[in-house]
Amino acid sequence: MADIAVQAGEGAGSVGRPSALRKLFFHNLSAKVAALPMIATVLVVFIGCTIWTIYYSFTNSKLLPTGKFVGFDQYERLFATSRWNVSVWNLVAYGAMSLIFTLVIGFILAVLIDQKIRFESALRTIMLYPFALSFIVTGLVWQWIMNPTLGLQGTLRNLGWTGFSFDWIANPRMVLFALLIAGLWHGTGFCMVLMLAGLRSVDDEVWKAARVDGIPTWRTYISIVLPMMRGVLVTAVVIIGSGIVRLYDLVVALTNGGPGISSEVPAKYVFNYMFSGGNIGQGLAAATMMLLTVLIIMIPWAYLEFGGKGKRT
Amino acid sequence: MAGSPPVEAGTVEARGPRPKPFFTPRKIIIYTTLVFFSLYYLFPLYIMVVTSLKTMPEIRFGNIFALPQTPNFDAWVRAWTSACTGLNCQGLSPGFWNSVKITIPSTIVSIFIAAVNGYALINWRFKGSEIFFAILIFGSFIPYQVMLYPLVMITRELKIFGTLQAVILIHTVFGMPILTLLFRNYFASLPQELFKAARVDGAGFWRIFFEIMLPMSLPIFVVALILQITGIWNDFLFGVVFAGTQNYPMTVQLNNIVNSAQGTPEYNVNMAATVLTGLVPLTVYFISGKWFVRGVAAGAVKG
Repeated sequence: MADIAVQAGEGAGSVGRPSALRKLFFHNLSAKVAALPMIATVLVVFIGCTIWTIYYSFTNSKLLPTGKFVGFDQYERLFATSRWNVSVWNLVAYGAMSLIFTLVIGFILAVLIDQKIRFESALRTIMLYPFALSFIVTGLVWQWIMNPTLGLQGTLRNLGWTGFSFDWIANPRMVLFALLIAGLWHGTGFCMVLMLAGLRSVDDEVWKAARVDGIPTWRTYISIVLPMMRGVLVTAVVIIGSGIVRLYDLVVALTNGGPGISSEVPAKYVFNYMFSGGNIGQGLAAATMMLLTVLIIMIPWAYLEFGGKGKRT
Repeated sequence: MAGSPPVEAGTVEARGPRPKPFFTPRKIIIYTTLVFFSLYYLFPLYIMVVTSLKTMPEIRFGNIFALPQTPNFDAWVRAWTSACTGLNCQGLSPGFWNSVKITIPSTIVSIFIAAVNGYALINWRFKGSEIFFAILIFGSFIPYQVMLYPLVMITRELKIFGTLQAVILIHTVFGMPILTLLFRNYFASLPQELFKAARVDGAGFWRIFFEIMLPMSLPIFVVALILQITGIWNDFLFGVVFAGTQNYPMTVQLNNIVNSAQGTPEYNVNMAATVLTGLVPLTVYFISGKWFVRGVAAGAVKG
């Protein structure tokens, strides 16, 4: 499928010999016009805006992005700010837990759903519907459930279990777990759908062969099927990972960074410094650090996926 | 299929077929786990709806599980018409209409542009198109926060900052990677002969697009539609940054109602507002069923 357009172009090229420059501009002109929004987006937004952000993160811009160049000052300040360091640590801790639990729960649910069970479609519907809801809705519902006085804790205490404690959103040491419960509620169904698609793409012959060899089911899953699902797993990790780095709405709705600064995340730090703190340089430096994080996740992945030449399509 | 050992007779047991009891230990474990997880997923929905139908005294009684004594929709009416979002107290309805005004054009514009992009990428390749496409897909993983401030400046220069046009533009831009990928892959799966025959007959770029490609791409349009409607409706960040106070979408207003309320919080109104905000994507989800899953799966398989 990669060569049809090349053929289309070559037909015209054999008549006379249009200069390379002419060809560059006028070959498939309507296609270029049609792709203009995409080209503009790539050049202006994805490349232009990113470079702009990186450049101005090295200035002392305050209310307006017109500061003078100050080298790494913003970054030094960034890492001297406890709120930033707490944010980064929160993201690392939340991210690690979220990634592991999402993958494990998603896989377990997919395996269970794959067991020729009854009510399969009903169960899938139940597991995936939270994913259709926004993070704001997710955060607000769980905020209500975890409300220390009237939520789950209050209810169980009123019912006689007076020692019951579930005040995670009000407890600085537990608040990340509160975030995790809401995040997993929202995202595990999606991971399950991905994993299920992966499981169903594994050839039945593999199962038959494993059974003939007398390998127990759970071992077949772990040492044969899972490695065969590598593609799906990598996709899941990249998507979940880039979602984690962006984590913002859920925190705003569930805890708004509190109690204190115990559930702050980098995306929120960036937002606050850019739009309410009036310290754009600082916000841009933080944003650049987020970019760096994503690149650290993405580059090895891109290298693995597309590094070997000609492996793709 | 996977892992249901008793089905085949390959093992040494020679007793022949016997009626399988339903309550094997294995099945009990499977169903218990599934029921446990189902409760986890359903619990918030139950709490949301039940709380929204209670009165405040009932809520203060402190049993979050209890069913409302006399279910009433007062809280829903309050949430829709008179709950306070910051300074004005007009309920969620303005936010709802703002979300509608944002979602409909954003969805149409972004899908149309992506369809044309995908079509150009597959059938009318030109030098550099694949590189642009690769950057586009790669770029979709860049956190929005990195591009947010420059985009604010661009929309300000275009004199659309704080208007619905700005939000529509931003949704179109950030919808482009995944939607273009979707359409590109779909157009690549169509038989090339169609395209070739149309070209031989002298049809040009746009004629082939409108008369041959578009009519054939209904399935992918449905997927894109679901992806965009739910995605744009659920957006918070772009709405809060680009829309301007007058045009805040429903998610932003909802968050303002719940998280910045003065005085004693009215939990029933809060939960009614939450249900109302979730209603549109849930409706899309339940109506579209398999298509939603397909959209999610398609949206996931990047690269």
